[in-house]
Amino acid sequence: MSDTHAASVPYVRDTMLPQHAPPPTAQGPVKWVRESLFSSIPYTILTLAALYVIYLILSGFLPWLLGGVWTTSNIRECREVLDGVQAGCFSVLTERWNQLLFGIAYPQDGYWRPTLAFVLLFVAVSPVLFSNLPRGLILFTVIYPFIAFWLVWGGSLLVPLSALLAVVVGYVVYSRIVKTSFAGGLFAGLIAGIVTWFICGFITPSLSGVLALEPVASRNMGGFMLNMILGVICVSLSLPMGILLALGRQSSLPIIKLICVVFIEFIRGVPLITLLFVANVVLAYFLPPGTNFDLILRVIIMITMFASAYIAEVIRGGLAALPRGQYEAADSLGLDYAQAMRLIILPQALKISIPGIVNVAVGLFKDTTLVSIISMFDLVGMIRGPILASTDWNGVYWELWGFAALLFFVVCYGISQYSQWLERQLQTDHH
Amino acid sequence: MTTMSDPQQGSFRLSMLLNDTRYRSYTFQFIALILLIALMAFLGINLVRNLAEAGLNISYGFLNVPAGYDINQSLIDYNSQSSNLRAAMVGIINTLLVAFLACVTATILGVIAGVARLSKNWLVSKLMSVYVEIFRNIPVLIWILMIYTLMTAVLPAPNKFRGDNATSSMLFDAFAFTNRGIYIPAPVWGPGSMIVVATFVLSIIAAIIYRRYAVSLLFRTGKLLPMGWPTAAILLVPAILMFFVMGSPIALDYPELKGFNFRGGLQIGAPLIALWLALSVYTGAFIAENVRAGIQAISKGQTEAASSLGLRPKRVMNLVVLPQALRVIIPPLISQYLNITKNSSLAIAVGYADITATLGGITLNQTGRAIECVLLLMLFYLTISLSISAIMNVYNNSVSLKER
Repeated sequence: MSDTHAASVPYVRDTMLPQHAPPPTAQGPVKWVRESLFSSIPYTILTLAALYVIYLILSGFLPWLLGGVWTTSNIRECREVLDGVQAGCFSVLTERWNQLLFGIAYPQDGYWRPTLAFVLLFVAVSPVLFSNLPRGLILFTVIYPFIAFWLVWGGSLLVPLSALLAVVVGYVVYSRIVKTSFAGGLFAGLIAGIVTWFICGFITPSLSGVLALEPVASRNMGGFMLNMILGVICVSLSLPMGILLALGRQSSLPIIKLICVVFIEFIRGVPLITLLFVANVVLAYFLPPGTNFDLILRVIIMITMFASAYIAEVIRGGLAALPRGQYEAADSLGLDYAQAMRLIILPQALKISIPGIVNVAVGLFKDTTLVSIISMFDLVGMIRGPILASTDWNGVYWELWGFAALLFFVVCYGISQYSQWLERQLQTDHH
Repeated sequence: MTTMSDPQQGSFRLSMLLNDTRYRSYTFQFIALILLIALMAFLGINLVRNLAEAGLNISYGFLNVPAGYDINQSLIDYNSQSSNLRAAMVGIINTLLVAFLACVTATILGVIAGVARLSKNWLVSKLMSVYVEIFRNIPVLIWILMIYTLMTAVLPAPNKFRGDNATSSMLFDAFAFTNRGIYIPAPVWGPGSMIVVATFVLSIIAAIIYRRYAVSLLFRTGKLLPMGWPTAAILLVPAILMFFVMGSPIALDYPELKGFNFRGGLQIGAPLIALWLALSVYTGAFIAENVRAGIQAISKGQTEAASSLGLRPKRVMNLVVLPQALRVIIPPLISQYLNITKNSSLAIAVGYADITATLGGITLNQTGRAIECVLLLMLFYLTISLSISAIMNVYNNSVSLKER
């Protein structure tokens, strides 16, 4: 039998051929182009259509962008320079640069103040955003709000200093008592802070000239600065409020749960514009007669409420996604509710919720443009109102809208890229 | 066990309200309730005092007073002598109209973009990524204003269509794109047109019955009836036949340039188009991401298993991937619809007469009834969003995986 088998294999190869490179059409860029662009007839048609679309967009946009005029002082001069050529009239940006960024009424010689505050913002948030920076920087984050307030709104340095003092006193009291009882520490800290602030209130008015910058009223804020102020303040305020609301909604105490559910569902059910209407025309009816709240402060309150309801829902998702075992483990360690939440549950739940929180933050920042509808002059309000209405620039639409779109795109895209980076950093599973 | 840990009865001390977990929850709830009542009382007392000071009262009588303003786009009869309530109704219908239109187009756009983003064609998927990122990261208000600018400042005025050397011309002599809006032919319903419409509705039902029957036949006997051309035939043939039998009762009224403006046809105003397009492209970018996430959530093994059964790619998509992906896609899709409805309140920025612009805008400013108007406005949006989330819950329960 073995003979027949041997006979059926007349030739056995005993040498190897040298390896050859694959044919040129199956490697490198050629292969990539074939596979990803021209793999079949429908795909080829799609590719050609896409190329045509790109050509259309670029052939219209690039000459407009590159041939633009940047140095004229009004639209008539600009049209003379362009002489009928279809190109952008970007001089509106250079001429109205300060208005676009700071609004109309902010004092000219004070532009360095919000600019400095803006630059310092990056220093302040960097230890929060990047965990590999020195931890001492977090101290600067804590004092940043007071510095920024002083820089942007001006007035005596003593006002933010006494607020800082109140916070410090409150924190010291809190950290003394928190070891025995979290709730006790919280209340004692709050009371100590308020008392300190109250006492300082007697001292600061008499020393109002100390280290004073020229005070600027809130209604004089405008331009992109107003969007930044609203965005930063409302996001940072709505985060703790959102956490509290989420915990309240998850809690087993029926009354607190009911309050939180009604609040969240109500706020999420109405558009932001109606809340801004409330801030603009209704809120005054609910405040003691004679109170004169800044419009910007009322708007901040409303946007913060709005954002915190959304953040609460995101964090509720994070809390619900935690395995039940984590709660039970915390209980079995003998931790009370506050400790379990602070040390075990919230850190994990917040980590899960990061993408959602960032989404809310980006959405909120975009929504700050809505204040232009209640006649505040943010970036969009500036463009729609004073700039397009002026005889100098009436008719220069695309340059202005393009600029506004670019500013928002840069900020929002930057934030979402950061959040994706952070998600990869925080991944603890082994994928 | 309980007897060991239960403290002795009757030894209640005041400090236990804070330190004993059994009583602490009552303490906190009590404090919360007191604070809430105090806040409400504070706001309520202020309201009463402020209203008294201003000589006002809460009254909805203004709703029956003639509104006194005109509305450019209205689906129901309205003139400036109609009541404020009527104006609000116009606004509600306009809100629902633009929300419905935008939901449809945003879904179409989003599904196309989401699927195209997963395409193996590199260029197409990159193009769609650029679309999604650009539209998601720029405020919708800017998009609305941009498209409104495009409509009003770039498109030609109606008088450009006039004369022998007109600079603009109508598309197919039927569509005119002007800076006052787009004019399209309007259908005119003659006598007997209802019968044609009824025939068409009946053939839709017949087509559905046919498809049901084909599917059940497939499941019972394995015999596959053709689906495509019979459906089309059932849908179209009876209606077209009836159309000619009744003597062409449905005609089109073409817009024509008369005087300073177009007459006839259907005018879709620039604000409506700006709002509709902007909401569609903006929300479409979000829907694209939902669709992409939904399809990617289906593990590749499902596709491979289906292919190994010998199903063709289209069948794999229709029978295996999509039914599972829809479960992931639809809940966020419904909240996007809710977002469209809420974002349609931005109509006030371009002067489209939705409920925010009529009730919350002009009526509020004219009557000064701020509290009542804003309250009604909020109630309207609350009703819509609560009903949408109720529908969503029903849907979620019906499709959720039945697990033990």
